[in-house]
Amino acid sequence: MSLTDAYRHDVAENATSALKGLPKEGAGDSHSESPRLATKILNLKKEYVLKSETVRALRGVSFDVPEGDYVAIMGPSGSGKSTLLNLLGCLDQPTSGQLMLGDDDIGTMTDDELADIRSRRIGFVFQSYNLIQQLSVVENIQVPLYYQGRIGPAQRERSIALAQRVGLGERLEHRPAQLSGGQQQRVAIARSLINDPYFILADEATGNLDSVTTEEILTLFDELNEEGRTIIMVTHEDDVAGRAKRVVRLKDGMLHRDELNPQSEREAVREAQREAASEILKKQGGN
Amino acid sequence: MLWLRTLRLGVKSLTLHPLRTGLTMLGIMIGVWAVIVLTAISQGASDQVQKQIESLGATTIIVRSVKPPDEEMAGMGASKFGLRRSELDQILATLPTIERAVPIREIGRQFTYQDRRVSGRLVGCTPGYAEVTKLAIRDRGGRFLTDADGLRLDNVCVIAAEVAEQLFPYEEPLGKMVYVPEHTDYYRVVGVLAHRNPSAAIGGSLDSQDFSQDVYVPIQTMRRRVGDTIMTRGNGQFQVEMMELNQITLQVQHVSQVKTTASVIEGILAVKHSLVNDIAVVVPLELLEQARNLRLMFLGIGVLIACISLLVGGIGIMNIMLASVTERTREIGIRRALGAKRADIIRQFLVETIVLSFAGAALGILLGFLGPVMYRGVIALISASFPDQFAALPAAIRDSQPAIVYETIPLAVIIAVTVGLVSGLYPAFRAARMNPIEALRHE
Repeated sequence: MSLTDAYRHDVAENATSALKGLPKEGAGDSHSESPRLATKILNLKKEYVLKSETVRALRGVSFDVPEGDYVAIMGPSGSGKSTLLNLLGCLDQPTSGQLMLGDDDIGTMTDDELADIRSRRIGFVFQSYNLIQQLSVVENIQVPLYYQGRIGPAQRERSIALAQRVGLGERLEHRPAQLSGGQQQRVAIARSLINDPYFILADEATGNLDSVTTEEILTLFDELNEEGRTIIMVTHEDDVAGRAKRVVRLKDGMLHRDELNPQSEREAVREAQREAASEILKKQGGN
Repeated sequence: MLWLRTLRLGVKSLTLHPLRTGLTMLGIMIGVWAVIVLTAISQGASDQVQKQIESLGATTIIVRSVKPPDEEMAGMGASKFGLRRSELDQILATLPTIERAVPIREIGRQFTYQDRRVSGRLVGCTPGYAEVTKLAIRDRGGRFLTDADGLRLDNVCVIAAEVAEQLFPYEEPLGKMVYVPEHTDYYRVVGVLAHRNPSAAIGGSLDSQDFSQDVYVPIQTMRRRVGDTIMTRGNGQFQVEMMELNQITLQVQHVSQVKTTASVIEGILAVKHSLVNDIAVVVPLELLEQARNLRLMFLGIGVLIACISLLVGGIGIMNIMLASVTERTREIGIRRALGAKRADIIRQFLVETIVLSFAGAALGILLGFLGPVMYRGVIALISASFPDQFAALPAAIRDSQPAIVYETIPLAVIIAVTVGLVSGLYPAFRAARMNPIEALRHE
């Protein structure tokens, strides 16, 4: 069930060669010999104690995510995908097993260290955007840097560049309330990129969006992945998962299936969704 | 830098909800305002009461000559004792706190006019005596002694109302000559005092003093006419006493200086009077005590009210901050997810409460300065609407002018900010303790 080394290598190669669209901090150190892993998960277990009952949300999950991968995590509710998402986002710690981010095992970290790694190495994109209402677009993008104590003209420029990258160059000083859902999600994506994360962790990122906007956001994800960004998204929509390179399915807290989406299929799905979206656009325009 | 950025963020968050922020600040503002205004009002009333106490003689120190027991005087030659004029000069030269000093010499004497005769006291004093003992000249003309009377050694006198009634039942006393048979001297009457009840406690020594039989003459004239030696004959005894001054009445500038001044005087006088116990320094202890108690009472009331209002303000802040934490659970979750440490969250909320309480305190101070004006307005309103009831109020309340006590301003700010900080701590810690996962899920 595990992926072949060849696949890993392949993904990572693409990633290192493609990572040049955006100014990457600390660029130049990415030419390593072996494929680098964005994260490595080994026999991950998580149990919750609810009153007298112990809920075993994850019962030993193992898989790797190489840099440059695009993984969709799927599963019915109760399958443990939210728990896995929380662990990947360093919001929670496993009961046992390892979750490696670079050289760090999040199981052994303190609360402050977890917070630190969230600000430095994780790019969250949430279903409900989760922007801070009192901050402008640029300021929202900078929030993770703020908690690293890094705020300055250079950082501001970088966030402006990212805002432009996601197509919000004209709305730098707008407040979230002044933006549409799709625009807010773009801000969130730009924010997730500001700290040059191990991976973008998207939780039902298109769940609140209509299909046209969903298409826009997914296209943005495609582009980012082509630029070398690693993306892990949790979704329950097959359409959305179809855009990923790889689909990891969970069931009852265990890894159920880990499959690659063949390139041809991905492109077919992409094409179909684009057409559907432009159909809708046309109809709307007709009205 | 970090705090500065947090500050900017805090101000931004606060301006996002102007009404809520305003209401919260109102709590602290009213608290600080209350502290300033109430202490000002109570200070005003306290000043008024203090003034009344001072008018009773709380600032008066009395140094008296005391006739020592005979055995102590034995072997001292002539029985000379008591205060010297030189000592008065010495005291005045040493102590800058003294506002007024009145030397007094008094002897019991008989006074006659034509065939009428009165026994009373011949009192030699300076013009300041009238003020120190609150003697008033009656309404129909006349005057008290002046410095010029003393300098010219004039034989003039001011007589008490009762003396005037007895010596001059049908005549106008002004300009008439009062005769003192023992010295064969005439004194021209230049003033008659208004009626006065025997005073309790001049200078707070509780011996009541009766001024009704007094005849006042310039002390310089008295020295010339009577001299320092007094011979008393009677009951087969013949006594000679030599004394320069019976009493020095001193007034200090402020109640708080009474005790120290008195102890310095005792020190000065001890040099010459340590051998024979022939002087006494009398301090108006009871009045001082009363003044102190009243001040403490006013202070206590002020502090109590201030504490209550600041407590209410603090509860307001805590209330709002708790509501704010609940309302901003989502924001806290987002910030935690994006890398905020617990300390960052605590700092954020604490800065907000500090900003709130500082802003509230600043407004409170501004408003506090308007307090005296408002107070006068309210008093004017009350006196216009309920003139009878207002007139019935004690003078201390009616006439008091609020006086801002500037020391209370930094105090109020410190207390307000502390209250804000303490009230903000719990909500801040609650925010920081929140599980980020649950906080993110919060709607």
